[in-house]
Amino acid sequence: MKVPAPERDPGLQPERTRLAWRRTTLSITVAAVLAAKTALHDRTAAGFTAVTLCGLFWLGFLALAHLRIRALATTQTGLAPRLRTRHAAAATLCTAALAVCAVALVF
Amino acid sequence: MSEFVRNLRLWFAPQEIRQEGRTPDYRFSLANERTFLAWLRTALALIGGGFAVDQFLPDLRWAWRAGLALGLLGAGVLCSLRAINHWVRCERAMRRGDDLPASRFPALLSIAVAVVAVAMVVIVVVGWEG
Repeated sequence: MKVPAPERDPGLQPERTRLAWRRTTLSITVAAVLAAKTALHDRTAAGFTAVTLCGLFWLGFLALAHLRIRALATTQTGLAPRLRTRHAAAATLCTAALAVCAVALVF
Repeated sequence: MSEFVRNLRLWFAPQEIRQEGRTPDYRFSLANERTFLAWLRTALALIGGGFAVDQFLPDLRWAWRAGLALGLLGAGVLCSLRAINHWVRCERAMRRGDDLPASRFPALLSIAVAVVAVAMVVIVVVGWEG
């Protein structure tokens, strides 16, 4: 007896969404590296505090993206879990907080 | 209940959005999620631009450099907040079967980016002459 192949979305929607999370992770990594460069250039205590916070927000976003990518990868097509408002709000918070740290770093 | 209170409640009780209207095709929800992430990347690019102005234009007068960097970083914050707001509005419109929300934000952002780009060109050209 043949085992039925798992159903696949011909538009590859979950895969595309997973890659979108990866691209966004890459973007926030670039922003965090630029933050580290600024802190190393100025070398002040306030700068190092701000860059530590940036690192924490970067890690937070990494964790959020990882959770979402795993959720999209492990569930069957058609049952792909929807993005929760709380998850989206946390990702937004990490981005906006990074910008606030950036303001603290630049001035 | 007023519209504003309902919107606020959605932020703190996300399960309520699921009780409203019909659940849309999951592909539409995923497309909405990708749009949200694309706006988040735009916000991150603006933040990166703010760092770049601060780091890679050291010869610029402080006021100009700070102004440009602050403008780009502020645009990044606005863009990220708008990303989630638009995502929630689209998700709700899809559930209710309404039209997707129209927005002036893309036009405003393009004008702002164009103004910053022109300012950078002017600054670099003037900087070379001076």
